[in-house]
Amino acid sequence: MAVCVAVIAKENYPLYIRSVPTENELKFHYMVHTSLDVVDEKISAMGKALVDQRELYLGLLYPTEDYKKRYGYVTNSKVKFVMVVDSSNTALRDNEIRSMFRKLHNSYTDVMCNPFYNPGDRIQSSRAFDSMVTSMMIQVC
Amino acid sequence: MPQPGPPGQKTSLLVLEGMGFRVGQALGERLPREMLAFREELDVLKFLCKDLWGAVFQKQMDSLRTNHQGTYVLQDSSFPLLVRMGSGLQYLEEAPKFLAFTCGLLRGTLSTLGIKSLVTASVAALPACKFQVVIQRS
Repeated sequence: MAVCVAVIAKENYPLYIRSVPTENELKFHYMVHTSLDVVDEKISAMGKALVDQRELYLGLLYPTEDYKKRYGYVTNSKVKFVMVVDSSNTALRDNEIRSMFRKLHNSYTDVMCNPFYNPGDRIQSSRAFDSMVTSMMIQVC
Repeated sequence: MPQPGPPGQKTSLLVLEGMGFRVGQALGERLPREMLAFREELDVLKFLCKDLWGAVFQKQMDSLRTNHQGTYVLQDSSFPLLVRMGSGLQYLEEAPKFLAFTCGLLRGTLSTLGIKSLVTASVAALPACKFQVVIQRS
C-alpha cells in the first residue's frame, strides 16, 4: 500500500500529489522532489544504452533506503509517476508495484482523454482518478 | 460565431485545427504501447504513419519522406475523408477545410510525444493528399 502517490509533468512540476494525511506531508513532497533526479538519471541512462526494449517501469529508485521505498515509472509522454511505499507493513512484490503503476497509467490516460481537462493543469476534478488513488493508499483511521 | 467569408473561414479552420490538436494530445497518450519505444524522431513519425493512421482511419499512410533536417512529408494516396468527395480536380478548393482537423491531430500527437511541429496539408488531386510536418527546434 502506498503512502504517497505523485504525478509529475514532463516539465517537472507536480500535476497531482497525495499522501497519507497523518504524517508531515511536506516530508513526502520533499521525497518526491528528490526522487526526480534519480528518475531523470534513469531515463537518460536508458537513452544511451542500446537496448531494444525499454521499459516504462523504472523500479526502486533508492536502493539503500529500507524504511520508505520509492518507485518510479515514466510514460511515453515523459510524464512521471513516483510512489512512496511503506515497507514495514507487508513486503510488496515487484508485480504488485507494477500493477499499481499500470492502474495509475490507465487512469491518467483517461484523465488526458477527458475533453474538459487541459493538458498541463493540475488534476483536481477527476473523481475516478481520486478514487483509484484512494484504493491504492494505506487505510488510516 | 465566425462570420462567413474569408476572415470567418480562417477562424473556423483555426478552431478545427485546435480541436484536432486536443484529440491528438489524448491519442498520443493512449496509443503508444507498453514500451518506451521511441528512440528517435523518425520512430515517432513512423508511429504516426502506422499506428495513429491505423487507429483513426483503419489504414496506413502510403509514404513517408524526409530531408533528414526536420521536414517530413506524409503522403496518403486515398485519404478517407476525401474519398467520398470525388476524384480528380473537382472540389480542390474545398478540400483543405476537411484537412484542418487532421493537421491538428498530427500536431497534437507529436506534442504529447515531446515534439513541437508545424503541420500543413496540400491536395494536388482528390483523394490523394500530403501532410508536411516541420519540426520546430528552439
